Amino acid sequence: MTNNDTIIALATPSGAGAIAVIRISGDNAITMCDAHFKSVKSQKSLSNQRTHTIHLGHILKDGKELDEVLVSVFKDPNSYTGENVVEISCHGSPYIQQEIIQLFLRHGCRIANPGEFTLRAFLNGKLDLSQAEAVADLIASDNEASHQVAIQQMRGGFSNEIKALRDELMNFASLIELELDFAEEDVEFANRDQFKDLIERITKVLKHLIDSFAVGNVIKNGIPVAIVGEPNVGKSTLLNALLNEEKAIVSDIAGTTRDAIEDELTIGGIGFRFIDTAGIRDTQDVVESIGIKKTFEKIEQSQVVIYLFDAETSVSNLGIVLVEIEKIKNKHPQKPLIIIANKIDKLDDIQLAELTNNIPQAILLSAKTGFGVEQLTDKLLSLINTGALRNNETIVTNSRHYDALLKALEEIQKVQQGMDANLSGDLLAIDIRQALYHFGEITGEITSDDLLGNIFANFCIGK
Amino acid sequence: MSLFLDTYDVIVVGGGHAGSEAAAAAANMGSKTLLITMNLQNIAQMSCNPAMGGIAKGQIVREIDALGGYSGIVSDTSAIQFKMLNKSKGPAMWSPRVQSDRMRFAEDWRLMLEQTPNLDFYQEMVSGLIVSNGKIVGVKTSLGIEVKAKSVVLTNGTFLNGLIHIGDKSFGGGRAGERAATGITEQLVDLGFDSGRMKTGTPPRVDGRSLDFSKMIVQPGDENPEKFSYLDITKPLAKQRSCHMTYTSPEVHDLLREGFDRSPMFNGRIKSLGPRYCPSIEDKINRFANKDKHQLFVEPEGWNTVEYYVNGFSTSLPEDVQFNALRSVAGFENVKFFRPGYAIEYDYFPPTQLKDTLETKLVNGLYFAGQINGTTGYEEAASQGLMAGINASLKVQEKEPFTLKRDEAYIGVLIDDLITKGTEEPYRMFTSRAEYRTLLRQDNADLRLTPKGFDLGIASDKRLKRMEEKHSKAENFVQFFKDTSVKPEEINPILESKDSSVMKQSDKMFKIFARPNITIDDMRKVASVNDYIIDNNLDNEVIEQTEIQVKYSGYIAKEKNNADKLHRLEYVKIPENFDYSQIKSMSFEAREKLKNIQPTSVAQASRISGVSPNDISVLLVYMGR
Repeated sequence: MTNNDTIIALATPSGAGAIAVIRISGDNAITMCDAHFKSVKSQKSLSNQRTHTIHLGHILKDGKELDEVLVSVFKDPNSYTGENVVEISCHGSPYIQQEIIQLFLRHGCRIANPGEFTLRAFLNGKLDLSQAEAVADLIASDNEASHQVAIQQMRGGFSNEIKALRDELMNFASLIELELDFAEEDVEFANRDQFKDLIERITKVLKHLIDSFAVGNVIKNGIPVAIVGEPNVGKSTLLNALLNEEKAIVSDIAGTTRDAIEDELTIGGIGFRFIDTAGIRDTQDVVESIGIKKTFEKIEQSQVVIYLFDAETSVSNLGIVLVEIEKIKNKHPQKPLIIIANKIDKLDDIQLAELTNNIPQAILLSAKTGFGVEQLTDKLLSLINTGALRNNETIVTNSRHYDALLKALEEIQKVQQGMDANLSGDLLAIDIRQALYHFGEITGEITSDDLLGNIFANFCIGK
Repeated sequence: MSLFLDTYDVIVVGGGHAGSEAAAAAANMGSKTLLITMNLQNIAQMSCNPAMGGIAKGQIVREIDALGGYSGIVSDTSAIQFKMLNKSKGPAMWSPRVQSDRMRFAEDWRLMLEQTPNLDFYQEMVSGLIVSNGKIVGVKTSLGIEVKAKSVVLTNGTFLNGLIHIGDKSFGGGRAGERAATGITEQLVDLGFDSGRMKTGTPPRVDGRSLDFSKMIVQPGDENPEKFSYLDITKPLAKQRSCHMTYTSPEVHDLLREGFDRSPMFNGRIKSLGPRYCPSIEDKINRFANKDKHQLFVEPEGWNTVEYYVNGFSTSLPEDVQFNALRSVAGFENVKFFRPGYAIEYDYFPPTQLKDTLETKLVNGLYFAGQINGTTGYEEAASQGLMAGINASLKVQEKEPFTLKRDEAYIGVLIDDLITKGTEEPYRMFTSRAEYRTLLRQDNADLRLTPKGFDLGIASDKRLKRMEEKHSKAENFVQFFKDTSVKPEEINPILESKDSSVMKQSDKMFKIFARPNITIDDMRKVASVNDYIIDNNLDNEVIEQTEIQVKYSGYIAKEKNNADKLHRLEYVKIPENFDYSQIKSMSFEAREKLKNIQPTSVAQASRISGVSPNDISVLLVYMGR
């Protein structure tokens, strides 16, 4: 492993944008940049500048100005990687980005491997393991909630909590050891009641963290919402209406990754994943009956179900709608169901009364005019348990941590059973040591050799 | 004609527990061996308490015996009382201990060594080593005699520049009544070794005829005593001597405090560190001022002698203070001293200067064992002596070195700790130092180590056969419980008597036996079990082994699994002379420690204090993991 060369990569997403940031890290990062940078103030050398300063100037290629840029200088060890780092903010055209990177590659830089900046930060002691992992999450986070969780973890909040418990448990483990090794002597032994108390506290915290994984996972990946409705009931208009309401980013994800057309959008800082389904209307058609089966699978996977129907065409035959609602309720009685009557702008007062009388729980909505959209977003947010997030509590999002927490809990429960069965301390100690081991897996205090490979493989280039 | 052979294979300097085991092992492995000691009357002298074994230490004695060392046999032949400590806890905690007849212990050791082929003796002080080109070639005695050797094992105990303190008096000495050894430390330091000072202490010995035992609590030995050696040449004790227990009092503490201004511990005369877990009485009073009494164990020094050892009253206070304070202890009102307690300071060499064979890194063919490595305890010393003797022999015979891993033996834990972590205070073994103590039990040391001892040529064929027979019998008995069913009408009365839930239908006996509160005694009430034991002529060892295998198999399997996990890092080897200075991302402290200790694997590196898990992660990245 060579760690003393200088690496470069684009730090912003590839493609065109207003600006792009190119990051260079290594012993020679600043001097290398100096060689191709001409400050607007003549004779200014980046090497002579203080750390954490920004400088306006031009990147020169063969004496010609390539672009006007801002260069941020970070000096060893006060940088992300702990090495000398410069960040060049240039204009965002792919051409300029590539020209600048090519220029540095020709003059001694090497293109960074995936995750190499973070690897260097880790190697230089700037991040611990769970912090390094949080960086990966942070980069991948696309909504406020998951961002918040990742930031919290990167600052060490989560591993600190585990570390405190680990220290306490360690303390008790040593008291137990004391009574084993000094059984003959007149020393005070571990107080079993206090120990039981500690075990109960640990169990509580572990369970809480484990439960938070469900919330955390949802925050990280978006809350899956299945939209059930026939074609042309206005699903895409509804999504657009939601979009306008929140001014969020909508991205279409191709069916290859998630096996269905999905739309992700952020409402109230929470990511939602809307999954389109074919509807569940009874049919003789073989192809369509496969579609119904698929719809129910999607409902199964989602946390919330939106049943959407066209008020205009259905108002004369609300029986079918009621049958379908019953069908969903019967199959998934626990799943929150939101019923939406769309296109209510097309109804007259009598039809409206007919509708509300028959389906009183329906949200009356017009995706076209925007009427009722706010009521829908309120309803969606009220159904999601985001209490933990709002209270700024610790949330587990990393599946490796989740796994370690589960294993730790298992061991702690064995300790508890052992205590109830009045097991000798040496046997309790086996389970305690295992629990400590799993705590260590989270705080990085014990590392197994395959751990690091996994973690660093999950980084995208530039970070 | 020379006084000595032309060249010895192994010279052992010192005849204590380490030296005696080293000499025996080397000689039994066919090496021409010479044991040089300052006083041949004091072979394997117990300088401190007249006892062998105890928690974790008893396991070590069993391991020495399983490998073919002598400590277990001598402990048995000289025992006056046997106790299995911690019997109420899991089997990993069961720890054998004997009270010993001090004089018989030394005599039996000497006689066993005399019967060992290939072993010569000589009484004199070794005052220097002969080293040529970084290799040991012999020793020099105080008379100026040079004896050549291919390897040398130093086991100097507390004798190197030993300094005895009693109150404000101090004088050179290696043990009460014996002089110190000089010359070796200075020469080793010149050769580039680091040396340090350590301190230990011992209590007064008193005349049993002056004690009133009726005021003390009797502490008898076990009703069914066991023994250390796996061989059948020793027998469990038929009769035993009891110890006694008494307590200090606030009055005793006040009397002791009067002498604190003359205590070398408190007035700065003793600068070196003593063991925290074996404090002197003045230390206990000083540090635990709120405790108004401390236990004292009054231990006979032998079958016939009237001398008694006052365990728990280790002290270096002036003799008159010791005496006055002890007279206030219940039962000691008329006490007469045989000799006062004292503290002793001595040189040691931080053991991080050793390889895992106990050979020094600096001088080829030179081995250290025992207190010279900063350890305390007869058992710790003996086991190092055994390992050093074995490895010196193997080296001379140009064979592969012999080491034990942490999950194979307490001896492995001991040596790995010493060479990896070093020690700031006298190092004593504890069960908690072993991560996998459930595997390192006193009942299975033979299974773990006798095959290795046999391969080395120090454990006899008889040992190996006994071990194999014991374990195959136990395995068969376990299988019997797995295969054999019992009917509810036969087992339920037994279960009811133990408040264990009754059976509704016949089931395999293994399941019942595995219940926490069901013992072999309960199972023996089942006719088929009792018949099996009689038909197969099973002895207590086999029955106990079976019980452990049935009742603790889950825990044993779990620990084995954990140990295997560790082995993955054990196999990530670090190349010799690896340049740690290139790893800038490691803390300076970690780099320095790694450079000095030169661990052979990442697992060993991870055990070095001051090397953080983060450092280990970095190291793993560098090792290509």
